[in-house]
Amino acid sequence: MMKIDFSGLDPSLPVKGNAEDLDDEILAAPSFKLPVTVDFDGFQKAAVQMVKPAKGTTTLAFIFKHGVMVAADSRASMGGYICKALLILNLYKINLYLAASQSVKKIIEINPYMLGTMAGGAADCQFWHRNLGIKCRLHELANKRRISVAGASKLLANILYSYRGMGLSVGTMIAGYDESGAGLYYVDSEGGRLKGTRFSVGSGSPYAYGVLDSGYSFDLSVEDAAELARRAIYHATFRDGASGGVASVYHVGPGGWKKLSGDDVGEMHYSYYPIEPTTVEQEMADVRIA
Amino acid sequence: MARYDRAITVFSPDGHLFQVEYALEAVRKGNAAVGVRGSDTIVLAVEKKSTPKLQDSRSVRKIVNLDNHIALACAGLKADARVLINRARIECQSYRLTIEDPVTVEYITRYIAGLQQKYTQSGGVRPFGLSTLIIGFDPHTGTPALYQTDPSGTFSAWKANATGRNSNSIREFLEKNYTETSGQETVKLAIRALLEVVESGGKNIEVAVMTKEQGLRQLEEAEIDAIVADIEAEKAAAEAAKKAPATKES
Repeated sequence: MMKIDFSGLDPSLPVKGNAEDLDDEILAAPSFKLPVTVDFDGFQKAAVQMVKPAKGTTTLAFIFKHGVMVAADSRASMGGYICKALLILNLYKINLYLAASQSVKKIIEINPYMLGTMAGGAADCQFWHRNLGIKCRLHELANKRRISVAGASKLLANILYSYRGMGLSVGTMIAGYDESGAGLYYVDSEGGRLKGTRFSVGSGSPYAYGVLDSGYSFDLSVEDAAELARRAIYHATFRDGASGGVASVYHVGPGGWKKLSGDDVGEMHYSYYPIEPTTVEQEMADVRIA
Repeated sequence: MARYDRAITVFSPDGHLFQVEYALEAVRKGNAAVGVRGSDTIVLAVEKKSTPKLQDSRSVRKIVNLDNHIALACAGLKADARVLINRARIECQSYRLTIEDPVTVEYITRYIAGLQQKYTQSGGVRPFGLSTLIIGFDPHTGTPALYQTDPSGTFSAWKANATGRNSNSIREFLEKNYTETSGQETVKLAIRALLEVVESGGKNIEVAVMTKEQGLRQLEEAEIDAIVADIEAEKAAAEAAKKAPATKES
């Protein structure tokens, strides 16, 4: 027996004729079909563990008198995942370096006055920063004014929150300069968002914090602040195996961001600790064999 | 069949959307509303039909706040207005939450106009039968703004405008008499414009004044009466001045 359909009279159903908004594509809440498993929670846990790369990196940013200083290393390792592949490949006598790359750009240029740092999943960070760049540009076009750093970081944090528990790994800092001055926010894939003046993210962050916190002062000049940032990254790369490569330093000021330097940390070591020539005690001499 | 799929607002052979035009008729039958933008003050004045004795007049406010720095007055179907105002208020707060900034007048006007337009192009709904006048100060630059939207979903910025009953005559008056004003002068101009079509008296007019520092302030009946008296006095003086040179000559 067919029942009468009363859904049309339901006041809680939204009256929406046009479902094909432009908004739907870019801004709709994420959703996907759930897999058919016996133990869904266990499956979820295993999936998150498999996807979760180690946040092997050092990034830092701090606000000072002349804007924001942003610095990062450039090593990308792939943690446990690559190790498994290594085992299998070693059976076939193929050599594979543990560090996947020494030249990853970890400071992402969202737009000419905002930077984002990358820690965690490289693909996640790159994609969502680009997506944030799109959103910022759309905001500019719609409202004829630039979006604030607070607003941009909030947009990113809201997206990451909606993907909470689905395996994203992002630990980023959004640094920029807007009408209310320098802005620095830490945003992560748990959905957290913190406003602050000094942040360091990644496996090398404890070492970077040590150098950064002891050398920091609000009244640093741009050169001194850049040197502090560079030194902090260098020390972190020295002690942390998952950080290395090139230390990049960017400055965000009222006129936008500018890359100040990119120095190989190996070479930096020798400029900080130059090799002293030592006196030779005894020259090695050839012994004649009888 | 959860959604209506048949549109009610469809084109006529000669390119009109009759439902939208009928909605504009509803607006033309509504109470007159005037908005005037000064350099530091923006004024909304709305015609008030005489309140029945037993009605609590505070529950029929015609000029409402959308946020601390934005106000709205409208002409047309008041029930439709309530729905639109609620959606706009929610949007103001949602914007504050996501962008951590108050809305600009232009943004919320665009939102309301967008909403009005959506209802001219959706299944199973009719357009909103009201035009709105939206005033406010830009939260960053402090510049005053006055916008108008209509049932078709278009919007534009104005120095002064009127909507509702006899809006054409009011607009003509404003075009003849508009000058850059500030403070109390802006209030006077708005009330003078409205008095062109409305019986004079504090109980027939509702006036609200917005300034950057104090936000929206509804004027008391006594205040309005005082200003109306001022205006009448000025009018009488102008009349007398016109007649005086004539007598001198003769």
